[in-house]
Amino acid sequence: MTATQAPTVERVYGMFLTMLLIRAFDEAAGQARRDGKLRGSVHEYIGEEAIATGVCANLLKTDYLSSYHRGHGHCLAKGADPVAMMKELYGKAGGVCGGKGGSMHVADFSLGILGANGVVADGVTMAVGAAQAVKLRGENRVVVAFFGDGALNRGPMLEALNWARIFDLPVVFVCEDNAYSDKTRTSSVTGGPGALARAAAFGIPAETIDGNDVLAVDAAASRLIGDVRAGRGPRFLHARTYRWRGHLAWDRGLYRDPAEVARGTADDPIARTAAWLNSHGVSSASIAGEREEATARIEAAIAAAEAAPWPDVKTLFDDVQDIGAPTWQ
Amino acid sequence: MTYAQAARLALQQEMERDPTVWALGEDLGPEGGTAGQYLGLQQQFGKHRIVDTPISESMIMGAAIGAAMCGTRPVVELRYADFAICAADEIVNQAAKVRYMLGGQVRVPAVIRQPIGMRDGMAAQHSQSTEAWWIHIPGLVVVTPATPADNHALLKSAIRCDDPVIYMEHKELWNVAGEVDAAAYPMPFGTAGIMHEGSDITIVTWSSMVAVSLAAAAKLAAQGCGAEVIDLRTLWPWDRAAVIKSVAKTGRLLVVHEAVRSGGFGGEIVAEIAEHMFGSLKTAPRRLAAPRTPIPFSEPLENQCRIADDQIVAAALEMIE
Repeated sequence: MTATQAPTVERVYGMFLTMLLIRAFDEAAGQARRDGKLRGSVHEYIGEEAIATGVCANLLKTDYLSSYHRGHGHCLAKGADPVAMMKELYGKAGGVCGGKGGSMHVADFSLGILGANGVVADGVTMAVGAAQAVKLRGENRVVVAFFGDGALNRGPMLEALNWARIFDLPVVFVCEDNAYSDKTRTSSVTGGPGALARAAAFGIPAETIDGNDVLAVDAAASRLIGDVRAGRGPRFLHARTYRWRGHLAWDRGLYRDPAEVARGTADDPIARTAAWLNSHGVSSASIAGEREEATARIEAAIAAAEAAPWPDVKTLFDDVQDIGAPTWQ
Repeated sequence: MTYAQAARLALQQEMERDPTVWALGEDLGPEGGTAGQYLGLQQQFGKHRIVDTPISESMIMGAAIGAAMCGTRPVVELRYADFAICAADEIVNQAAKVRYMLGGQVRVPAVIRQPIGMRDGMAAQHSQSTEAWWIHIPGLVVVTPATPADNHALLKSAIRCDDPVIYMEHKELWNVAGEVDAAAYPMPFGTAGIMHEGSDITIVTWSSMVAVSLAAAAKLAAQGCGAEVIDLRTLWPWDRAAVIKSVAKTGRLLVVHEAVRSGGFGGEIVAEIAEHMFGSLKTAPRRLAAPRTPIPFSEPLENQCRIADDQIVAAALEMIE
């Protein structure tokens, strides 16, 4: 399904539900981390939900995507089960990666998700590699590489843009520009005018959009993914947004001016979509009901994760490698 | 057939057998790779399967990983082990771990070719033997063929392996000729070769040091000393059982490798044998390997980093006396 110039209420409603699910998931995951109920890194996607949602609304199940450390939203938008994901964040049996990966490596490969990733920009090179396999095998799939603005300053990112262009690969680069590279303002460490110019330097058609407007994301993704699917080579989407929370669930946020945070969080992609739905005949009661429904679904996921057993420690050695695999000594 | 031609034959056979096998790296096309190990393959299989890439080691490796996850079997050519370090992040943090991190949902069947060793004064950034670095990383297989026949049979195995394989040919062996059975089956990993039998001392080695150790074994034999020379062929997994069996017979272990001695894989072999066979040893195990210096350019200096057969003979005789 691709967006038309005027999206249907049904389509926007569907995207609204996805955004609510992502918001509820990351609110709960972040809180669980702050409460010490789960370990490791949790990078919340709160405030950026419209990008994963609008892009993935234009993908087929057979399409691939790669993600990065802030990856819960991309998995959910591609259709991953929030219960299996939450179990993974808790390191429990039944986690989508068997508890081996956690938040930073969450992935459901059956949905074409190549993985969240703990190393900035590595998922981008792997997405380009997936696109090369698609082309080599003559398949009709599109690959989306999600990454943050911080990735623009890694060498492999630039290698990936060049590579996608010279081999004309079916990949869409989606830069989620939340203005921060970890805890440093990206503009303070970036030469030149930024994302769009980097794409243009490699001859990749690119556009900048308001990443907090799910309709704008949907429309742009529809165009760019359509181009890629038609065999026109790589495309680049630069989506401006704002990261409501810290880089991690526990960071103190000392590097941000509270006034900036107030301005950023005032532009809520979910509230904007709710307003659009409201103005297109969806009642406030329905919208409130959907918010409660999403919260309840995630509360159930949390309860399932907390109740789930730990993985059998014998699984430690599973899936290291077939030949030369370790054993208990 | 030379060591380089044997590798070319293996890749050609596997590409004919399996359309998902492809190769990528710099200068593979007309030039056929640094040693002609890809010569003519681009003409046979096309530019989409023998892919000439930019000088972008991170992306070469990233492409291989992504493509390996999505139904193909890439053979990566990194040209020199020294350059593989430019792609170390992708090899260590991604290729070796994706299967594990994702709980077994996907595999990375990639061959990562990165020739090692000193050859013809290539100096510090084109001569290193870095095999021990990769052995340390769970998830990787590490292969170090010493003969044309092994380069043929082991490369076939590497291409069919469902996990990432670090495949380390030795640059000084490219032109070495030997018998190759084109119909040979892939060789299972972790199977050492007993290259010379003997009952006085066990010499464990691999790659270019196999021929040097065999020369030493011939000299030792002339002096009435029986050296058993074991070519490990693959360093992870390594054929621990073959080494244990031999040392049980000889009671003496000498490990010879071209890589730097400190932190080299010889230390691991000696430690394993010492831990498990201490009471069976007639003398302390020894290692012969390069000093911990960068590889120098000037020939007499470089020669100081090489292990010669006479050094092996001398060490063996000291251990036997």
